[in-house]
Amino acid sequence: MARRTFSIGGVHPADSKISRDCRIEALPLPPTVYISVAQHIGAPAVPVVAPGDKVKVGQVIAEPGGFMSAYIHSSVSGTVKSIGPRKDLAGNLQTYVEIAVEGDEWLETIDRTETVVTTIPEDPKAIIEKIKLGGVVGLGGATFPTHVKLSPPPGKKCEMLIINGCECEPYLTSDFRTLLEKGEQVIIGTAIIKRSLGVGKATIAIEDNKPEAIAHIESLLEKFKAESDSYSGIEVMSLMKKYPEGGEKQLIDAVMRRQVKSGGLPIDVGAVVQNVATALAVYDAVQKNKPLIDNSVTVTGECFPRQANLLVRVGTPLNFIIDHLGGMPADTAKVISGGPMMGKAIANLEASTLKGTGALLFLTGEQTRRKPESNCIRCGKCADACPMGLEPYLLNRLYKAGDTDALEENAVQDCIQCGCCLYSCPAYIPLLDNISLARGQVMGIMKARAAAARAAAEAQKSNK
Amino acid sequence: MTTTIILTAAIITGLGLLLAVALYLVAQRFKVEEDPRIGQVEKAMPGANCGGCGFAGCHAFAEAAVKASNLDDIFCPVGGNPTMKQVASILGYEVREKAPMVAVLRCAGTCANRPVVNEYDGVMSCKVKAALYAGDTLCRFGCLGCGDCVAACSFGAIKMDPETGLPSFDESKCTGCGSCVKACPKGLVELRAKGPRGMRVYVSCRNKEKGPAVKKACSAACIGCGICEKTCTHDAVHVVDNVAVIDYAKCKLCRECEAMCPTGAIHAVNFPKPLDKDAVKARVQERQKKAREAAAAAKAATQMKEVQSNG
Repeated sequence: MARRTFSIGGVHPADSKISRDCRIEALPLPPTVYISVAQHIGAPAVPVVAPGDKVKVGQVIAEPGGFMSAYIHSSVSGTVKSIGPRKDLAGNLQTYVEIAVEGDEWLETIDRTETVVTTIPEDPKAIIEKIKLGGVVGLGGATFPTHVKLSPPPGKKCEMLIINGCECEPYLTSDFRTLLEKGEQVIIGTAIIKRSLGVGKATIAIEDNKPEAIAHIESLLEKFKAESDSYSGIEVMSLMKKYPEGGEKQLIDAVMRRQVKSGGLPIDVGAVVQNVATALAVYDAVQKNKPLIDNSVTVTGECFPRQANLLVRVGTPLNFIIDHLGGMPADTAKVISGGPMMGKAIANLEASTLKGTGALLFLTGEQTRRKPESNCIRCGKCADACPMGLEPYLLNRLYKAGDTDALEENAVQDCIQCGCCLYSCPAYIPLLDNISLARGQVMGIMKARAAAARAAAEAQKSNK
Repeated sequence: MTTTIILTAAIITGLGLLLAVALYLVAQRFKVEEDPRIGQVEKAMPGANCGGCGFAGCHAFAEAAVKASNLDDIFCPVGGNPTMKQVASILGYEVREKAPMVAVLRCAGTCANRPVVNEYDGVMSCKVKAALYAGDTLCRFGCLGCGDCVAACSFGAIKMDPETGLPSFDESKCTGCGSCVKACPKGLVELRAKGPRGMRVYVSCRNKEKGPAVKKACSAACIGCGICEKTCTHDAVHVVDNVAVIDYAKCKLCRECEAMCPTGAIHAVNFPKPLDKDAVKARVQERQKKAREAAAAAKAATQMKEVQSNG
């Protein structure tokens, strides 16, 4: 049988999963944590604690600042020292809650035992409410508030839940380790999400470079299915390793053979995609009352002395993690938050981790330095590589000409910024950088136009 | 053989003539009527097509000028007043003279003044860099040094200075078209009135953070202390969002604020003599002391009056 994968584009970067054999270990508590109020897509949360307040692990410290927002909980116990602006990973100011750690006292409501709770609550609304109260956000990278994603707009019906275990970015191994070590919890989390959506089918998609994980989850599933009906309809699907398979639209294409149209959402084709780590967070929130206060972070890189997969409390300073693992190697040129393809270089190591921080990657100058740009030779490799079917060379030229109308016509807004074009370009043209800027411009124009149209429609309504 | 050649030549010539007549007739039939003044105005323009006027180029400017009922909102920054006078005489309008403008950089964060805390090795474009992060120094507002302004200038007036890491503006070449103003993602280039004999005073900083953070980031930054605002007797300097801004329309070029500025964020250019800082400082302090004494005396006097009237 042919190996399943998405139908257009994609590249095959070296795997480099050098931390795949490192078990997830808990990082000791740092002396101070800095918890950002903007750890998700949407409106920042609003702090509800004041300096001097004593907080426990799991206590709410910030409430959602709008519909598209999420709760934020204290990841440690201690005293709130300050609430104010601090520099984030990129050096821009963001509001952080500073908490001095004292002991490790958890809220009594949180079930800290190791017992696996397999009975799933019946009421979908109660499940979604618990997920919301747990501050769960999508941990695949976009940090989209999960409760929003699980409440499809009226008229749209979900046909399949896809749990994303691809981890297609090189180097990253935290999802793989989660599948191996917390497989039961991931499966229960999947069943909970499935129940909340009222959908019959769920697929846990795993790339075939992780055969251990596929075998492990398959055997666990068999056991679960024999015990309870709640787990029927959950399948494991092995996918061919190709980047960016973990992209939402690519994954839907690979698993369901359906394509999300330009400007559309996964729910338009009947799909909801959640990450493996999100499924685990859902399990914790619903079954154990434990909000999203920690996540697994892969710390890796050829130049880094000790590879690790760490369970890190949200808000831990990056410096603390690096020092715990033996300090920064001298030949490190870049520290990247996330994987080498889509991750961002960190400008400020005094910043702290967020809910969505999945990896710290250390790269040397040789690994990261860009080669000098030369002229486009019209080879078309970028167009072949683009998983969204765009023409990066054309978008680049249109961006340089400043032709936003033509950029929109050529669907620059569909770019998922996966970097396949830049990766495949033999002339080292900064396609991704330019197209990202162009995308920002065009999306700004589209948003302004939509807002103007809404305002005009409302004005018309009020006139009548 | 000869007949073939003659015949061919005759047919080709005949065909050519026939098509020429057809072309002429078509051109006459579909002729686009254009105001002849558009052509005249366009001839008077500098022809740089820089877009500094806000129109797509010199032709678009000419069209707009001919259509407009006056020239109040239409100005060619490159040609300046002489060009506008010509345009006005062609169209028979009054021209309102404008002070010639010049681009100045509102950042003094040279390599020496502003320590680099991380190294940038991405694409050499300020726009890309600004989208990625706050910059390679501790100042989030300062020049990113990738030279988008240099690329935007059609007149070769801007060059990157490798020593300072900042762009340097050649005043003699700058036409004040404003392309660089639009190109800078940090909004650091400002068009200011050129000033009498080129003399002008401006604050070379846009950092809106509070004093201590600013000081840590750059030694030549405006810390928003407000001394300049208190010094200025012409109401030209105001601190807005922790940054001083000098209104060039009100500035009398006395340079007192420059002398009093503790960080040297206020720059004065093209003055014939160097500033005698100490003398100016002493003068200002003397004046402020007198003012304080006068205020105290006035206060005492009113208090005395009150006491007397009460008694």
